Amino acid sequence: MKLQVNGSPREVDAEPEMPLLWALRDVLGMTGTKYGCGIAQCGACSVLVDGVVTRSCVTPVGSVAESKITTIEAMEEDALGQKVVAAWVKHQVPQCGYCQSGQVMAAVSLLKENAHPSEEDVRAAMINLCRCGTYNAIHAALSDLAGHAGKETA
Amino acid sequence: MASLFDETKTQGAGGQTEALFAPEGTQPVNLSRRRFLMGSAGVASGALVLGFGIPLAAPRVRAAEAGAGKAFDVPAFIEIRPDNTLRFLSPFMEGGQGTFTAMAQIVGEELDMDPAVFTVEAAPAGEVFQIMNGRRVTGGSNSVRSSYDTMRRIGASGRAMLLQAGAKRLGVPLAQLSTQPGKVVHAASGRSVTYGELAADARDMAVPDAASVTLRDPSTFRWIGKPVARLDMHMKSTGKAVYAIDCKVEDLLQAAVQHAPRLGLQPGVVRNEAAVKAMPGVHSVHVLEGAVAVVAPYWWHARQAADALDVEWKEPANPDDVRYMPADFATEAFAAKLAAETGRGEQAETAGDVAGAFASAATTLEATYRSQYLHHAQLEPPSTLARFNADGTLDMWLPNQVPEMFQAAIAKQAGLEPAQVKIHSPLLGGFFGRHFLYKDGNPYPHAIALAKATGRPVKVIWSREEEFLRDPLRPMAVVKFRGALDKDGWPVGLDVVSVCEGPSEGIANARGKELDDSALEGITGKSYAIANRRIAQAYVKNPPTLAYWRSVGNSMNDFFYESFLDEMADKGGKDPYALRLRLLAGNARLTNLLKAAVDLSGGWKRGPFTAADGSRRARGLAMASPFGSEAAAVAEVSIKDGQVVVHDIWEAIDPGSIVNPAIVAAQVNSAVALGLSQVLVEGADYEDGLPVARNFDAYSILPPDRMANVHVKIIESGAKMGGIGEPPLPAVPPAVANAVSALTGKRVRAMPLSRETFTT
Ligand code: FES
Ligand code: FES
Repeated sequence: MKLQVNGSPREVDAEPEMPLLWALRDVLGMTGTKYGCGIAQCGACSVLVDGVVTRSCVTPVGSVAESKITTIEAMEEDALGQKVVAAWVKHQVPQCGYCQSGQVMAAVSLLKENAHPSEEDVRAAMINLCRCGTYNAIHAALSDLAGHAGKETA
Repeated sequence: MASLFDETKTQGAGGQTEALFAPEGTQPVNLSRRRFLMGSAGVASGALVLGFGIPLAAPRVRAAEAGAGKAFDVPAFIEIRPDNTLRFLSPFMEGGQGTFTAMAQIVGEELDMDPAVFTVEAAPAGEVFQIMNGRRVTGGSNSVRSSYDTMRRIGASGRAMLLQAGAKRLGVPLAQLSTQPGKVVHAASGRSVTYGELAADARDMAVPDAASVTLRDPSTFRWIGKPVARLDMHMKSTGKAVYAIDCKVEDLLQAAVQHAPRLGLQPGVVRNEAAVKAMPGVHSVHVLEGAVAVVAPYWWHARQAADALDVEWKEPANPDDVRYMPADFATEAFAAKLAAETGRGEQAETAGDVAGAFASAATTLEATYRSQYLHHAQLEPPSTLARFNADGTLDMWLPNQVPEMFQAAIAKQAGLEPAQVKIHSPLLGGFFGRHFLYKDGNPYPHAIALAKATGRPVKVIWSREEEFLRDPLRPMAVVKFRGALDKDGWPVGLDVVSVCEGPSEGIANARGKELDDSALEGITGKSYAIANRRIAQAYVKNPPTLAYWRSVGNSMNDFFYESFLDEMADKGGKDPYALRLRLLAGNARLTNLLKAAVDLSGGWKRGPFTAADGSRRARGLAMASPFGSEAAAVAEVSIKDGQVVVHDIWEAIDPGSIVNPAIVAAQVNSAVALGLSQVLVEGADYEDGLPVARNFDAYSILPPDRMANVHVKIIESGAKMGGIGEPPLPAVPPAVANAVSALTGKRVRAMPLSRETFTT
């Protein structure tokens, strides 16, 4: 099967039912996308499918053969991705970091659709779990990116 | 596999693959030199051996070095590369708590090298890294406080060696030299030479006696005490950080397991083995201790097949010999059993005359509290990669907080000497106490068995569902409080029996000679002046396996104690803030801390009051003294749709002194999140011997929209340095509970609050 991953055609030797998450991690060896729950609950596996944030753990790879898949590995090749990563570093968002690939993907997806999301938009879009509790730092980074004041963290 | 695990480029590989790690054109120093340096302390063979980035050369050792028993083996920790960057092997694991950065700050300060040029990795197992009196543990919020002085001396020793090398290179007396970040400077001639250029020579300099090195005057610190940027931010924002679950080696197979539904059961016949073996991608099926595994090149295939296994599970012959989960175990019934326990327990702390205080009390009150089982729920599911090598050694990649303990346990199972087992400790995708050595709670036994059985390297990943079946739990406790008040309403007596099994005795699966401190900490060790008290534990064994969970006993015990303290205040007609100040009279540190938390919140305002948005709100406060630090928190809550909303947490923390205020603030945020998660939404329940929740659909952890605003005040009182990772947690649940009680008039005595409906 052929996939479009981060702008390149990739040949993926997997049956169509294999979740995109595992096709990326195991077949293509791209481990930046994380497994947390496997049932669309945590968001650690978030990738962009045609620019829209998608939980790859429940997305059969066969269903995205026609789509453009963007993963965390390509974030810095994208102008907006670079901005989001820079904001994440500036606000020192990650702790253990395990959820952060997914958080960055969710932020990029949101900002691609809406360059100036309101607090409400941010709340509605940033729903991935973070066990380390980086939620306030994520909001601070997004508020900065969106151009408004965020929640206090310190 | 598509690509090999590239150890030369990844942080957290924790490596011991010496050749891969050596900088270009260099080789690690010969082991014999290290043995010599280590003197009688010895060094585990197979330990990673590093020099100051020096080219391969015959070992040159000067006799003067050998006798200095007090010298740290500086080159084991520090490698300065020719490009004037530095690689540091941290004895402590990085799991989000910022330890790697803190280590770089402390070492860099004394070495005189900017922490920003540090690459930090977890040190391999080995005696040289057991710097906590011959042990090492990433836990108990101990990393920085236990090693602060050691790390300063390692940095200072390295600087002294570089200065000696500089004196030789520049041909000037040592006394004329100084350092600037990354270089030795001869001010008189204006000449300087970088550390990178001196690294090869520095290797040959005597490691000074650790006690003899001069440490920097703290008033001149450039990095210690400053909000230095964390070293792992970029890689963790770009998916480049490598966790155990990401590790790969050539020829790798992967495995998924189906655990026995109840601990203690053993697999019998696999009824559909042939059908499972025929499933797509399956390599083989293996019956293990307490589990059946499926191995496949791709984990998803292994997982599909493991889920499909139809296994006959057999009861153990002697359930008492194992930590056995009975088929009728249910958390509700077990809580009732704990509550029905009437024993007075074994005393852990006593003072004054409790019987007398109660006999003469003007008023008494009593209340029973309860905590819930909790999962660690670190976001990275546990995994372990095992690879037997042709030379008889075994490489293991696994998340761990105690590498030498894992090394010993792994060696035992594999029939090897510990020195033959190389422990790689990748970055931890959260830990919160999850990655200690827990019998039946770590995947490494599966990885060893499967690598042996297949003759190939195997990575076992426990699915989230299998993890929630074997994750050892934060204990449940039922705690019975009695309080005595004098005629003016002030507390004079406290009598507490906690019916529980402590985490330490649970992990050991045996009672120790002494009471388990971790069972009662947070009920014991409080600073309030209540003259007559008896704190006791009535031991009742818990069927589930138990664990340390962030802030351990304090995670629940401060909730109990600080909530009951508010009950005593209410009963005596006292304000809870005034009551605490009175009970802390004469304790300047805690009085100051409590006032700081209250000031941070804009002054004490218990409420209920109406907020600007029209909601009815109230505030509660609580304190805790965990892991060498002191904390005080104020919470503001309202009720929405019957559930508690926590708007703000103001927390003051006094760890004595700190290394990085930004990391402290981040850790307070993190601990607040876990504390809120516990008090608001979390609980691991069992019915019929089985966990009700096997994934995040049924096991709630704090979601983003329930996070509070967090305001942090750090107080450096100058007291002995305390911990950071855990201490901000325990005051949060009782502060919230006390606020809810103030708002609703209904006393909260059990967590999580989501199990009740509230009205204002
Ligand atoms: S792994 Fe996909 S949502 Fe959790
Ligand atoms: S940073 Fe650890 S789970 Fe989010």
